[in-house]
Amino acid sequence: MELKENITGNEKFPGIIHETPGGGIVVSTFDSVINWARSNSLWPLSFATSCCGIEMMSTASAKYDFSRFGFEVARASPRQADVIIIAGTIVNKMAPVLKRLYDQMADPKYVIAMGACAISGGPFFYNTYSVVKGADHIIPVDVYIPGCPPRPEALLHAMISLQEKIKMGMTREQIRTEFKTP
Amino acid sequence: MTNEKIKEYISTYAPNVIYDETGEWLNLILEATEWQKLASVIKEPPIQMDFLFCLTCVDWKTHLTMVYHLSSTKHRQNIVIKVNLAIDQPIINTVSAIWRTAEFHEREVFEMFGVDFINHPDLRKLILEDDFKGYPLRKDFEDPINMIKL
Repeated sequence: MELKENITGNEKFPGIIHETPGGGIVVSTFDSVINWARSNSLWPLSFATSCCGIEMMSTASAKYDFSRFGFEVARASPRQADVIIIAGTIVNKMAPVLKRLYDQMADPKYVIAMGACAISGGPFFYNTYSVVKGADHIIPVDVYIPGCPPRPEALLHAMISLQEKIKMGMTREQIRTEFKTP
Repeated sequence: MTNEKIKEYISTYAPNVIYDETGEWLNLILEATEWQKLASVIKEPPIQMDFLFCLTCVDWKTHLTMVYHLSSTKHRQNIVIKVNLAIDQPIINTVSAIWRTAEFHEREVFEMFGVDFINHPDLRKLILEDDFKGYPLRKDFEDPINMIKL
């Protein structure tokens, strides 16, 4: 929990409690309650394209265990997933697959770009004819994690940062689609 | 079978072959037209190079070099064939009829280096998209998107 407190500072339910005889009333807004709920139940998609995926699996397993933070269980279907962690290199032929997976996910959906390949095409693959130079050329990314590969702690940090981002309101992409002018 | 015996036998069919024995294996440097005749001779006994375990190309900027690594499962011996090609018009006869594995390897060399294999049964790109422009493994290839200059 220390890590989480370092980032968040507080872990309170959004709203103010009015004490009344025999109990209390919580005054809050729907948006902040919904965002609070969403941020604490983010199921990732089992999607990994290279060595970052090994670190992601490690983060999911007993030692690091991202279930503690609400990333309960990795789903094998994009229909059931809330967050996609792009763990690894995206090549040109993988790009349409990634786009389709993202499109198949139900809103609200979030994206974490994990590692140098997902951010910019990678430390080895610059100037390569086959590699997409950053997954954000294909789908919008909410949180970037540098590293090659990033340590599980870094992934946890990014996931908790994403939760904070969700709690603060809509993501940039959500605002863009919500208020899109035709 | 020694390198000397291989050289002796090959010289009767192709007298202009240049031999290079500085490396681990015997290298044969020859012309594209000679290779056409020699390939089937090498496959058959007595040399019997029945296993083509590597087929690739090298871009030297001035010219291309086709490289064939052959092995004999009978004699337990390897030889290397090198054929220089002009970079502006690289054409060579296919060996896919002799070593079947060459069919895919030549398709790969075709998409990566743009070498044209005459009489190849199915000369399409192997892995790249059909509409891909350029030859990625040529030294002068430039990726049009986000090219990083060092």
